[in-house]
Amino acid sequence: MTSSEERLATIRGGVPPRRHNARTIAALTGNPGCTRRAVLDGAGVDKPLLAERIGFPAGFGQSRFAITRGNAFEAQVKADGGTELLRLVAERLGVPVPATASWTDLGHGDDPAGRERRSAALLAAALPTAGSAAAVFAAPDVAAAPAAPDVAAAPDVAGAPDVAGASGAAASEDGGTGEPAAALFDHPLLGLEVAGRRVHLEPDLVAARLGGRFHVVEIKSFPVIDGQADPAKLAAAAVQSAVYVLALRELLAAYGHDPQLVSHEVVLVCPRDFANQPVAHLLDVRKQLLVVRRQLDRMARLDTLLAAVPADFTADPAADPATLVGSLSQVPARYAPDCLASCELAYFCRHEARGQTGTLGRPVREALGGITDVAEVLALAGGERVADPERAQAAALLRAAARLRADALGGVPA
Amino acid sequence: MSTLRALAAAQAVAAGAAQPVATVRHLHLSRRPLVLVPLAMAGEANAPLAAMVGAAPGEGRLLIVPQPRNRDQRFAFAAELAATVLPYLAGHRGATEAVAVDRGRDVRYRYLDAPQLLVPNPAGVTFLRLLGRSTRFRRVDGEYPVPPEVPLLGRWLTFFAERAEHPGSSALLAMTQALTLHWATGQSAVEDLHLPALLGWIAPPAGLTGAGAAARAEDPSVCPPAGPATDPGFDNRLLAPAVEAYAAAGDDEAARVEAYARLERLLRDQLTPTWDLMWRGLGLLRALPPGARVAGRWDGDRDAFTAQSEHIDEGGAPQPRRDGAVAAAARLHRLERAAATYAVQRAYDDPLVLAEYRLTGEAFVGEVVLADPARVDDSGRRPVLRPRIQLVTTEPVLVPVGASLCSPARPGQKARVVFVTPTADGKTEVVLELSGGMGRGLTATPGSVPEVGQRLCYTTLSEAYVPSGAFPAVEETPWTHGGPPDVGPAAVADGAPPPEPEPDEAWA
Repeated sequence: MTSSEERLATIRGGVPPRRHNARTIAALTGNPGCTRRAVLDGAGVDKPLLAERIGFPAGFGQSRFAITRGNAFEAQVKADGGTELLRLVAERLGVPVPATASWTDLGHGDDPAGRERRSAALLAAALPTAGSAAAVFAAPDVAAAPAAPDVAAAPDVAGAPDVAGASGAAASEDGGTGEPAAALFDHPLLGLEVAGRRVHLEPDLVAARLGGRFHVVEIKSFPVIDGQADPAKLAAAAVQSAVYVLALRELLAAYGHDPQLVSHEVVLVCPRDFANQPVAHLLDVRKQLLVVRRQLDRMARLDTLLAAVPADFTADPAADPATLVGSLSQVPARYAPDCLASCELAYFCRHEARGQTGTLGRPVREALGGITDVAEVLALAGGERVADPERAQAAALLRAAARLRADALGGVPA
Repeated sequence: MSTLRALAAAQAVAAGAAQPVATVRHLHLSRRPLVLVPLAMAGEANAPLAAMVGAAPGEGRLLIVPQPRNRDQRFAFAAELAATVLPYLAGHRGATEAVAVDRGRDVRYRYLDAPQLLVPNPAGVTFLRLLGRSTRFRRVDGEYPVPPEVPLLGRWLTFFAERAEHPGSSALLAMTQALTLHWATGQSAVEDLHLPALLGWIAPPAGLTGAGAAARAEDPSVCPPAGPATDPGFDNRLLAPAVEAYAAAGDDEAARVEAYARLERLLRDQLTPTWDLMWRGLGLLRALPPGARVAGRWDGDRDAFTAQSEHIDEGGAPQPRRDGAVAAAARLHRLERAAATYAVQRAYDDPLVLAEYRLTGEAFVGEVVLADPARVDDSGRRPVLRPRIQLVTTEPVLVPVGASLCSPARPGQKARVVFVTPTADGKTEVVLELSGGMGRGLTATPGSVPEVGQRLCYTTLSEAYVPSGAFPAVEETPWTHGGPPDVGPAAVADGAPPPEPEPDEAWA
């Protein structure tokens, strides 16, 4: 165990780290400048419990109705061995709909490490090969995939009836025609390094050998009405999918393949209009990939961040609340109103940041000349002398604003 | 975000209460607005769960959908809502007034009053827009018939949702937007979307500061959300068991009645606090005096209501799913013009809004120190009256020489900037040449030229009429915009693709 890991374990307390998932990784991209968040998330601290302990419980929860609906829609889309899903995805990608495609259910089995190994082996074996558009990438021989023997050895494989046949289809060419059959992988388990730890991720579906690439397929139950979806939900889905694309690319790279074989275009399957009929759309997640990558790299360099964290810093929920509050205040946060939607600790940080212009939102802060403190804003507006010459301009603006405001509210006609 | 508004927010933080950012009311309030508080089922595509609707605080009618996933119940809800909304709309189709058009050569009529809908927040507007979208194409015959009021309601809701996009329209208002137009709170714009917290800042209950009231309003068990989204905790703990109990009751009449009553009670408890807040917010807004140009903008809403009524009476088609290229360009142009006019009108109506322009140098207030009301410019073919005035101001003047200015106090008169001269004591002298609004002859009518000693505001904002742009006919859509649409002749005639009702669009 490295010293960094030891420190993170101390910060967390005597509990295992909270597991990240695509949603929490996506949330990391929300406020990349926040050190407190990077340290707590890096350490895998149980933030909901921590927030509750210090008296600022976060109201994060999902309605049962939404969960039921999401699961029902996904089940409906994946029914019949994914025939309808295959057609939707292929048509959206603009490739002929294959007559058949293998369907591999990777969503079962309890041991995550085993599931991840099996998923990795099968996915790596499903490379688009010669004859498809991806030939330009000179994909190496499928048989050379290093983990291929593991597949047969993995104990769970025989348990899932589809898998044996599917892995056969995925690993070998189909019926000697030379064209490999398309392959769909249901709930494969991917891995990604987050702050030095392996995190398991489970995309809804990965489609291989369609249009010569791997495609992440994300099934969401929010509707696309007349071609338009809720922008917030769409943005969240895009970041989440980018996390999957990244994990899949790293998997290919680990097997010595070209990571670009995973398309940056994600297929998003949503209900159309007000009906339950699924419709597929393409989402370009290149921008989200950059953002996620950058934040993960930053988390990987936690050592640098930890250097600035006091040695006795603790976020162990078992500690005394007063100690926790004192400890947290030693690691700077960068609260913004957006945090309320994505970080469990946001209510605490907001309370801590009260009296600062940042709590009113970035536009307000900028309009106030970038001055951090509300009291200072009002002092400058009230005509207090400015010590710092850099603030002279902001002070003049605020004084003029205060005078005009008083003028207008005083009823002087314009 | 203007610095003036940001400063008001900072003052609100310090004072612990919201601060005014307007001195007059910038929207019209109907004598009897229809307040509508909708709730939607989580996870579904705009499936209504419940609504409270009515035109007076004591007349709130509760509508509920005991099984929101049931398609028939959704349309039954739409029909019930129509039974309240449509008579309310019809109640405004009484007396009309004649309006001269085409420079008095023709006349058209418009209703003396128009309906007004109030919802708690912008998400409520979106809910109505989508409810309109999901109902306006429904068929009253065929495989999935719905009552005729349902598509009619859909067309009206679509009309209101489209008006809500129109800057300055008061036909459909979101209460949070209406309030933040007039007050700045000490919280962020995201938090202002929560009606209970916003009202907590503006009118905190006795013994609480605005910040304290807002913090209290964030607990969903104390203040249920103002919808349409419900609190997940409420969904999981209370609503889900109640919905299940109703479903389980099946044909057992007694059990079903009981389960229905339980659901009704739960949903009433969720809606009533918001319902009361809506009327409180309305009361706060009513206490403000209306701006001088608010009535003029309401005329536009009355025009739109009249036109929509006539369109429906004449058997016109429902609004299309998406505008064609020409219609979209024309709509954008209309909205941009409305936005520009609205900005100017608000500044003219309200010195506090005008102050924002004074801060950025687009307007200044000065004292008239010299006036030459009889000055005649005879350099042209015929002499014209062009009085000049000189003002002195302490404010920054960022207008160039030659610019055309206007004074909100004298909207009919134009003032051209002749000289801008900074003086030694930090002030600025501005010489303006006036034209218009002074009578017909070469002598200005008394009072039409500012006199020495008067304090006046001049601004680049102008109320002058800007002619609307010209757009090609639908069948002449340029190739840059996709060319003429390939639709049947009937659709081309009213500029919209056919409604193409889809029986498979089952809304379930």
